Amino acid sequence: MPASYLWLIPLLPFAGFLINGTVGRRSPRALVSAVALIPTFISACLWVWLWFTMKAPGAPESISHVTTLFGNPWISISNFHADFALSVDHLTLIMLGVVTGVGFLIHIYSVGYMAHEEGYWRFFAYLNLFMFFMLVLVLAANFLLLFVGWEGVGLASYLLIGFYFRKDSAANAGKKAFIVNRIGDFGFLLAMFLLIAHFGSLDFFTVFTSIQKHPEWQGGFLTAIALLLVLGATGKSAQIPLYVWLPDAMEGPTPVSALIHAATMVTAGVYMVARAHVIFDHSPYAMGVVAIIGAATAIFAACIGLVQHDIKRVLAYSTVSQLGYMFLGCGVGAYISGIFHLLTHAFFKALLFLAAGSVIHALGGVQDMRHMGGLRKSVPMTFWTMTAGVVAIAGIPPLSGFFSKDEILFRVFTSNNPIGKLLWFVGLVTAGMTSFYMFRLWFKTFFGEERFEEHADLDAHGAAVHTTSDSHAVMVADHDDHHAHSVHESPLVMTGPLMILALLSIIGGWVGIPFAFGGSNEVEHFLEPVLAAGIPNVPNYPLEIGLAAVSVLVVLIGFYIAYLFYYKKPGTAAAYAERFPAFYRIVLNKFYIDEIYQNAIVTPLLMFSRLILGVVVDAGLINGTAATAGATTKGLSKLTRNVQSGNIRSYAGWLALGAAAIIFVMVFGHSLWLH
Amino acid sequence: MATVVPISWYLVLAAVLFSVGVASFLLKRNIITIFMSIELMLNAVNLTFVAFSHLWNHISGQVFVFFVMVVAAAEAAVGLAIIIAIFRTRQTLNVDQVNLLKL
Repeated sequence: MPASYLWLIPLLPFAGFLINGTVGRRSPRALVSAVALIPTFISACLWVWLWFTMKAPGAPESISHVTTLFGNPWISISNFHADFALSVDHLTLIMLGVVTGVGFLIHIYSVGYMAHEEGYWRFFAYLNLFMFFMLVLVLAANFLLLFVGWEGVGLASYLLIGFYFRKDSAANAGKKAFIVNRIGDFGFLLAMFLLIAHFGSLDFFTVFTSIQKHPEWQGGFLTAIALLLVLGATGKSAQIPLYVWLPDAMEGPTPVSALIHAATMVTAGVYMVARAHVIFDHSPYAMGVVAIIGAATAIFAACIGLVQHDIKRVLAYSTVSQLGYMFLGCGVGAYISGIFHLLTHAFFKALLFLAAGSVIHALGGVQDMRHMGGLRKSVPMTFWTMTAGVVAIAGIPPLSGFFSKDEILFRVFTSNNPIGKLLWFVGLVTAGMTSFYMFRLWFKTFFGEERFEEHADLDAHGAAVHTTSDSHAVMVADHDDHHAHSVHESPLVMTGPLMILALLSIIGGWVGIPFAFGGSNEVEHFLEPVLAAGIPNVPNYPLEIGLAAVSVLVVLIGFYIAYLFYYKKPGTAAAYAERFPAFYRIVLNKFYIDEIYQNAIVTPLLMFSRLILGVVVDAGLINGTAATAGATTKGLSKLTRNVQSGNIRSYAGWLALGAAAIIFVMVFGHSLWLH
Repeated sequence: MATVVPISWYLVLAAVLFSVGVASFLLKRNIITIFMSIELMLNAVNLTFVAFSHLWNHISGQVFVFFVMVVAAAEAAVGLAIIIAIFRTRQTLNVDQVNLLKL
């Protein structure tokens, strides 16, 4: 594919956004779907073409293209230049594949999921806008353009989280996501300023080659840049301390959760760290921070995920936890493993969200797992595809999650990080917890008694997604019948993407089967040109197999406990919860992190804004100054206004006075002043 | 040869006339009186013109006087027409009551 076609990949969805955003409101739904899906599909096809171009023998390792506006660069200020520069290397290629491929599947799914919703055109316009910015983000060849995409996906995320804007909780969740991300973006901006100060450029190639030319640069300003980039990444990728927005973001429609808050946007932070790995390689301290943040987030989020009742919240915390794995991988220099996990995670987490959406759709808006159960038979396709996703994320071989997660754990174990073994242990425990809470979700949703009531509390948190859908109307209409009657399997337009994603979740990991298992680790080979640096992988096959065996064992223990708690003896979990009520309540309430943030940061900040900035500075100083200036002018005007009385004789009097004054000056002035 | 009246006498007389004109212009309410005081001021000026013209044997001062007279005549014609129009519409010649355009 010629490099000059690169712009088409992001611009096609943008065209879809423009069309749907302007005339979509008055268009039939079929047309809206076509306008949204066709550009996305063409982008996906362009990616396939690009793939074959890049894989062809003798193909360059990266192709890039600079677009100018009528011959002018984007920004050119004295020595600083920034262009609309796109470039594709193997890392970008993988990200592009995830964004366009998974993105397109989720577009298809959305046609079914959103079929009965109001604002159908708006949804697809936003979705296409998201695709545009995400593609700009991954294609960007400099930090500034990446930042444009970075902010743009934040905007699209805000719009889509707040899609049901009539609900306060959704509007607030959108705001929260946006504001929390601003904190991270602030770090990103500072990092860019530092880059400009030290390199005079934001171009990836320029910055990275000049760092590589100076191996003696270690730490120092590079650590500062790296840490600020990490701050940006923790915002976008929902890591401690800025993870709080992601669980709330589940207020958005489920396809949005799948696309933005699981598969693509939240992985942007990981992508950015991997992209800027040259900087991180020169700062062991920053790498350690990344690894610790990753491990801490992984186990912390998994811990909260253990007890949540909302099916989407479990998946949200699971996403945060899995992103923690990716950061852990990047933090020990195993960027390839991090990206590999990003790839497999995109498959199985998108699948899990879409399957959860299918369950929610089937139940007419119920998201609380306490009201689910026994759905195995009524939604068989959803059940089987979700099973694939659950097994994949739990890390049971040979599904995709196993290979990527174990790769990360192995690399953490063998890393030269001083607390590498501890981090590995944390990762291992997290793996067991992941297995537990995913199978917990699986058992509670698909096995056991049917706990579904048609009078389910639709006001429950995050529910009411489908209050306008006809499935709900059907449910209410024949609520005297047996419950299962109203529970229906989703249409093919929804199960189709599920099946494709299930297939990818199963086989997706096979591109990275490590040598220890007789594989060829395609993905490592593929990404080597981009991410070759970092900490070298020391092959140690017996150790790798041993560690994999340990982690599979832990995963099976997690599964067994879930089986015991939620299938064999369903009351066990509740009994344990009653034995440790305080602890249970703390975990259920997410360690009160939201409340702590609220009380420690938001409220003081708000008070400071209202009392100091609002009352003293704004009302007192700024308003006061303005009011005083106004009053002074008014008072002075009042004095001088009397001169303009409108009375002819007073004017004449002034005239006479003036004339008299002039005569006075002429006659006596000379002797008075000028002698 | 008769005693020549000094120039200062003319000027003092003109100044007095002018001041009377200004004062009555400022103090009077009747529009005709105001009009007359303007004429008075104009004639005070005429007097100084003529006096200086005579003093310096220069004709231009007298020419100016004719101009002033022409302008005053024209002004009188227009002004009296306006006064009549005002009186017809408002039944008064008090300037304080002719205040339609005032804020």
